[in-house]
Amino acid sequence: MKYLAGTYDIIVIGAGHAGIEAALAASRIGCKTAIFTINMDAVGNCPCNPSIGGTAKGHLVREIDALGGEMGKTADECFLQSRMLNKGKGPAVHSLRVQIDRDKYRRVMKRKLERQENLDLRQAEIVEIEKTDDGIWEVTTRLNAVFRTKAVIIATGTYLSSKIYIGEVSYESGPDGIFPASFLSKSLVNLGLRLRRFKTGTPARVLRSTIDFSKLEIQEGDERIVPFSYHSREIGENKVVCHIGYTNEETKRIILENINRSPLYSGEIKGKGPRYCPSIEDKVVRFADKERHQFFVEPCGLETEEMYIQGISSSLPEEVQNKLYHSIEGLEHALLMRPAYAIEYDCVDPVQMNATLEFSELPGLYGAGQFNGSSGYEEAAAQGLIAGINAALKIKGEEPLALDRSTSYIGTLIDDLVTKGVSDPYRMMTSRSEYRLVLRQDNADERLMPYGRKVGLVSDSIWEAFKSRQEIKKEEYKRLKDVVFQPTEELNNIIVSRETTPIISGIRMLDLLKRPQITYECLTPVDKTRPNVDKSIFEQIEVEIKYEGYIKRQLSQINNMRRLEVKKLPHDVDYSKIIGLRLEAIEKLNLVKPENIGQASRISGVSPADVSVLLIWLSQNSKGGKINE
Amino acid sequence: MKKTTIAAIATAQGQGGIGVIRVSGEESIDIVDKIFKSVSGKKVSDLKGYRASYGKIYSGKDIVDEVVVLVFRAPHSYTGENIVEISCHGGLYVTRQILNLVLKNGASIAEPGEFTKRAFLNGKIDLTEAEAVMGIIGAKGKSAAKAAIAAREGALSKKINLIKDELVNLAAFLSVWADYPEDDIPEVERESILKRLNVVCKSLEKMISQYDSGKALIDGIETVIIGSPNVGKSTLMNLLSGTQRCIVTDIPGTTRDIVEETVILGDITLRLSDTAGIRDTKDPVELIGVNLAKSRVKSAQLVLVVFDGAKELSEADKNLICSLDCANTVAIINKSDLPMKIDRSLIEKKINNIVYLSAKTGNGLESLGEVITKVVGLADIEPSNGILATQRQYFAAISALEGVKEAINAVTGGFTLDAVTVSVEYAVDELLNLTGEKATKVVVDEVFSKFCVGK
Repeated sequence: MKYLAGTYDIIVIGAGHAGIEAALAASRIGCKTAIFTINMDAVGNCPCNPSIGGTAKGHLVREIDALGGEMGKTADECFLQSRMLNKGKGPAVHSLRVQIDRDKYRRVMKRKLERQENLDLRQAEIVEIEKTDDGIWEVTTRLNAVFRTKAVIIATGTYLSSKIYIGEVSYESGPDGIFPASFLSKSLVNLGLRLRRFKTGTPARVLRSTIDFSKLEIQEGDERIVPFSYHSREIGENKVVCHIGYTNEETKRIILENINRSPLYSGEIKGKGPRYCPSIEDKVVRFADKERHQFFVEPCGLETEEMYIQGISSSLPEEVQNKLYHSIEGLEHALLMRPAYAIEYDCVDPVQMNATLEFSELPGLYGAGQFNGSSGYEEAAAQGLIAGINAALKIKGEEPLALDRSTSYIGTLIDDLVTKGVSDPYRMMTSRSEYRLVLRQDNADERLMPYGRKVGLVSDSIWEAFKSRQEIKKEEYKRLKDVVFQPTEELNNIIVSRETTPIISGIRMLDLLKRPQITYECLTPVDKTRPNVDKSIFEQIEVEIKYEGYIKRQLSQINNMRRLEVKKLPHDVDYSKIIGLRLEAIEKLNLVKPENIGQASRISGVSPADVSVLLIWLSQNSKGGKINE
Repeated sequence: MKKTTIAAIATAQGQGGIGVIRVSGEESIDIVDKIFKSVSGKKVSDLKGYRASYGKIYSGKDIVDEVVVLVFRAPHSYTGENIVEISCHGGLYVTRQILNLVLKNGASIAEPGEFTKRAFLNGKIDLTEAEAVMGIIGAKGKSAAKAAIAAREGALSKKINLIKDELVNLAAFLSVWADYPEDDIPEVERESILKRLNVVCKSLEKMISQYDSGKALIDGIETVIIGSPNVGKSTLMNLLSGTQRCIVTDIPGTTRDIVEETVILGDITLRLSDTAGIRDTKDPVELIGVNLAKSRVKSAQLVLVVFDGAKELSEADKNLICSLDCANTVAIINKSDLPMKIDRSLIEKKINNIVYLSAKTGNGLESLGEVITKVVGLADIEPSNGILATQRQYFAAISALEGVKEAINAVTGGFTLDAVTVSVEYAVDELLNLTGEKATKVVVDEVFSKFCVGK
């Protein structure tokens, strides 16, 4: 018998990285919120890498933090080793990546949810979502409790009708042996959502004491540790190291000999796997000429002996996994505590959503994270935050927050999902952003904190710190224009030692810094009036000066993009009625229902010719006429 | 506003075996039914697509012509609309009369290129193709048509694709290096990046430098004929155009304004202006003509200067020779059918390209064609090799080149490679604009197909 168990403003289904950000944002903005988890011990779980950040993902974490999200802060609290990737490859691609203590991360996140005002954390499997006639949603648990709510955010991750594959064995299960959400899919289909099947996988966990580390290369963390969060000051030192090793010809032989026992190759798994995260059998088959494949050994935490073997995910039978791991130097005697597995799950076609992550046809219903076809903790958290903010803004009757591509990786991620759709789990990459010299991890605060402040997620103290930093930066720019260096011997010695031409007359410090070879660092001896402020301000200014030309070009591209972005398309257009559009474009446009011409132009299958047709149609339509010619 | 049905004479206007009137639009079939009676008695509206019917066109009760009517039903037609093509006997009179009948019965006259515009708007062809077709419509010579058709067949796309593929590959290489710093992938060498960029830069520059010549193939070369009075300029013009266009007399100063004509010489098209003979004159009308001629010489792509081979060089001739800028000049020594009296050495000193010709008999016309081809730089162009035939393609290539050059500057200027990547992708995007793909997607796809990366 169903019973009415409570009423909320917002209900979040799933307490993974997406659900957590959604629930915290919604409750902090002031909405009465409930977050449901299928298992109280799986809140904030990291079922794959014990790490957060990485290329482009590090950008996402910084952006989440600037908007007032939680991931960066918690990662700082739980970090074990920190590295800034891509140093020397340029400011656009600097990315922070930290190893975290997985258990601690889970505990800290759970605690934050428990202590959050306006928020109830509850364990229940949601089996049904229904829309009532009065526009209110009803969410039913496996135990027949019915909750009424104004908005629902679906963040089911890899739990939705999920199935685990290890060789010939398969069974219905969520990650880490937690039971799956087996009933909800049907209810979602009834609502009109288009579900599809994706697949991902994870490598084995190995007992630390059974690894011969002397045969592996060591990988240390950075000396200078940069936190993710604008809240964090000193976060301590590296506590662990990682190791690097390689597979060999024998590993390859074992895999190829048993390839027909992999459910991926026998055709057992139908779900589409991520291209960027291939299993070891995929790597061996697709890149047959490669003699060896690299892997990393990463500790899962300080209070566990489990080690994560990054690079060797597999769905081969347990017996074969043992053989292939044991063929590797350093892992000859490794004890596989948890075998590698592949997991298949239901997710939604994200083109059914708009940029606020609300389903266009189902007001009040939102989706976030792996459910939307993405992959990765950071991608999930970013979407959760945006979905949570927008659900809350809607309930409060305020303007939604839709970030466009030029503001952030978050905006790029969401635009890619809702505009282009996905054919395999979507991972963020710097190559996905056309504005990457502007969207740097060092300026996430400048780009996004004003939005976070406006929606009410940025505290007074953080906002004040941000404003004072901007003030210092402005002052420093002024100083750089005022300081004129004379061609002294000391200065020219520095300049020549950096392999650039000496100066013969006075030069502004600003102009000298435009030379790629000249840095703040090297000018220290001659720069007498330098203020004593945070070093990162100098680094940021240096980037802005040196890359001025490129940044300007990207900014002008952004302006061009925004011109198309403001040409709004009505939501109720039947594109098959617009004469001149090609059939493929009609189908895609009717599917995506783009909000503006800019978004339409990014849909794959919509050609520039179709965009011209839309522009003509729009201009004729706005004059009140109908397009026929 | 109702979508109109349009009509036009689809074949060349002039004497020919067959003329075709094309009618496109929703009402095209009904309109033709009003003026056409088939022998079988079947109405056009009863015909399926791709069917033909033989019968007569009537103007009231009068038979205008015996014709064959071809029906294409939407969307299976060139424009994507209903199309009826009426094949009648050639000749201006009949074709115009039938067109008039079609127009009287409800069609409007098609603007130039309107059929193609509709084909484009109905998604039957993409923009590049549409532009190529416009090229064919406007093409005034064999080479032009060849280039336009080649573009349509994708020769241009192929060439741009080669450059694009190289850039995409380069971008993917840089992208994987930035996005997978921990993976076991080859190190990026600045030297090899620079080398690859330079190769792309050269290909683009070559495409662009051929643009002017390519445009000349499509549009025709702006040409003026000059020379002292009565050396045979107008006879030459008439020879080239094949009609008695100018009044040819032996009275000097007969041509007073500029006569224009598009003529085809072998493989190439000339937009020809015959000018008044350049000489000192007191006749105010003639003077205007002379001044006009002088200004035309300055702006022309090709100058044909005509001398009378049967006479000594006059003072006017000598002055003319001195005043010429010779890079784009061909000297034509006319009246080669008469005994030569001219002193060639003075001409040879100034002008490299000399052709002997008899405008009266036409002897030497072929060698004139060859010399012109050489002078305007068309000799290096194989028309079907994909030249940049339209503005849009031209600008795409220019922008791409700009991106590539910027990338080269970034590498040589010591910038980090993320800046290089951005410039390379800018170039890729500009080239992809021609087909509507997007760099961010294309590059990411390339990464995953070419590199073994990921945890």
